[in-house]
Amino acid sequence: MAIESLPEPSIAIAAPPRPRFGFLTATPIIATATFCLVAIALLSILAPWIAPHDPLQLLPAQRLKPASEQFLLGTDAYGRDVLSRIIYGGRISLLIGFGATLVSISIGLLIGLFSGFFRLLDAVLMRIMDGIMAIPAILLAIAVVSLSGASVMTVLIAITIPEIPRVARLVRSVVLSAREEPYVEAAISVGSALPKIMWRHLLPNTIAPLIVQGTNFCASAILTEAILSFLGAGISPETPTWGNIMAEGRAYFLIKPSLIFWPGLLLSIAILSVNLIGDAARDALDPRMKQREAGK
Amino acid sequence: MLGYLLRRVLAAIPVMGVVALFVFLLLRLTPGDPAAVIAGDNATPAQLERIRTSLGLNEPLYVQFVTWINKLLHGDLGVSLISNVPVLNMIGQRIEPTISIALATIIVAVVVAVPLGVVAAWKQGTWIDRFVMGLSVLGFSVPVFVIGYILIQIFAIDLRWLPVQGFKSLSSGFGPFVERLVLPTLALSFIYVALIARMTRASMLDVLGEDYVRTARAKGIGEVAVLFRHALRNAAVPVITVIGTGFALLISGVVVTESVFNIPGIGRLTVDAVLARDYPVIQAMILLTSLLYVTINLLIDVAYTLLDPRIRY
Repeated sequence: MAIESLPEPSIAIAAPPRPRFGFLTATPIIATATFCLVAIALLSILAPWIAPHDPLQLLPAQRLKPASEQFLLGTDAYGRDVLSRIIYGGRISLLIGFGATLVSISIGLLIGLFSGFFRLLDAVLMRIMDGIMAIPAILLAIAVVSLSGASVMTVLIAITIPEIPRVARLVRSVVLSAREEPYVEAAISVGSALPKIMWRHLLPNTIAPLIVQGTNFCASAILTEAILSFLGAGISPETPTWGNIMAEGRAYFLIKPSLIFWPGLLLSIAILSVNLIGDAARDALDPRMKQREAGK
Repeated sequence: MLGYLLRRVLAAIPVMGVVALFVFLLLRLTPGDPAAVIAGDNATPAQLERIRTSLGLNEPLYVQFVTWINKLLHGDLGVSLISNVPVLNMIGQRIEPTISIALATIIVAVVVAVPLGVVAAWKQGTWIDRFVMGLSVLGFSVPVFVIGYILIQIFAIDLRWLPVQGFKSLSSGFGPFVERLVLPTLALSFIYVALIARMTRASMLDVLGEDYVRTARAKGIGEVAVLFRHALRNAAVPVITVIGTGFALLISGVVVTESVFNIPGIGRLTVDAVLARDYPVIQAMILLTSLLYVTINLLIDVAYTLLDPRIRY
């Protein structure tokens, strides 16, 4: 006899919390942050159509010109249009920000899942992670870039490496507590294959904390890229990035401070938006926060 | 307690071992000839050979590692490839500005941020709370070099109150020393204030609902004493922790701040070494800062027992 309808279970079976993205417009401030980030993303993607000039075009006759109708934010020391360079500059920042986040989360997730599941592997992996975490991220990043040459790829790798242990530790802690749950023990005892246990039972638990950690890291990755460029240890100087524009502006700060302030403003807005979204994500997704609110 | 301390120090050894291995492999695993990477594109064969001998690159890998570690343990951090000065001497010459800024920053940050966090928690949900939290998000988001240049523009260029850049040693007088320390310290404290204020607020919110706080209020103790003597003391552990973990922020901040304000400190030394590919200096800086980071966090763990008698190891 085929079972058409199962009886209702006497105990409610709670599915792991699924993240919802309604928080992106939860309050006017968060909505503004989301809007700013989308606007910057659109500017960067559509840069070739929006930018009034070629960001690489040198016009030696037009060096350090003030803002005018032709050059809305003036020109830099090589006669390049600052506005166009700033619009293009967002591309690298966002690419590195989101790229580094995705890569570090993917690798950290794998390490964390295995580390949380295999005790022996855990001891070795976590010592390595502790070691990497002890190295200040910025020093590690500039050392990696300086030794392997400055390209978008190396900068991305350099920013990603220091974050991997933090993701791995987070995932590991989630896995360690989740594997004590009855549904995971049940899955193990009925002989479910390991990949299936990881995919079906452990992975969903990590999604909410990873979104929170990911947004926070995305902001700091954008910042680190700008710092690397600013210090001259990032992507090659002719490439327009916000950090590069500011690095070049350092020498002319007394004559033309706007070379530092405009890219600095956009950089700050981008990081601020991502940070605000990260805070909203934590408030919306972190169950401990909800308990704290409820307990008040 | 002594046993715990010993265990913690022993646990730090493998961590530092991984750091050393990582730093060692960083150069060796880079694609291509490490000597060529260091020397740059225009190096002559003689220069390449000199770098190879000076770093021992002609030996097998494990011999290189053992020799290097052995030297490290004897306090020999190597010699700069550019200036031929021992790295330790270079650090010694440039440590004063860095320590001055770092200490001033931590002091300013704690003095400003802790009361901010306490008040924000006390007035939770009011405009004061929102203002402090807003300031804190801003502090995380505006990069230290942007803040640095804004401060220079306002206080050094427009108002002419302070010098634009540079550093004067304490030995050349207290006035000039402090004058040049104010702006870098302010710039660097911003993010630290954000971090500590936020942690203080969160941690105060946790304890303000406790019974002993209610009891203290019921006894008629003044609100200031309740907040700072009864609540803050119990909320201090996470705040101290965040000062320790924020040390990494301080390092990256120092590197950038010294570049903005043209200060000849350790951060500038590191950046110059990186740009010139002065590998022994880079290696030494990464090792030393990691060691400092591990030590500081160890000391903080020990400090818990002093701050909170309930924590026993």
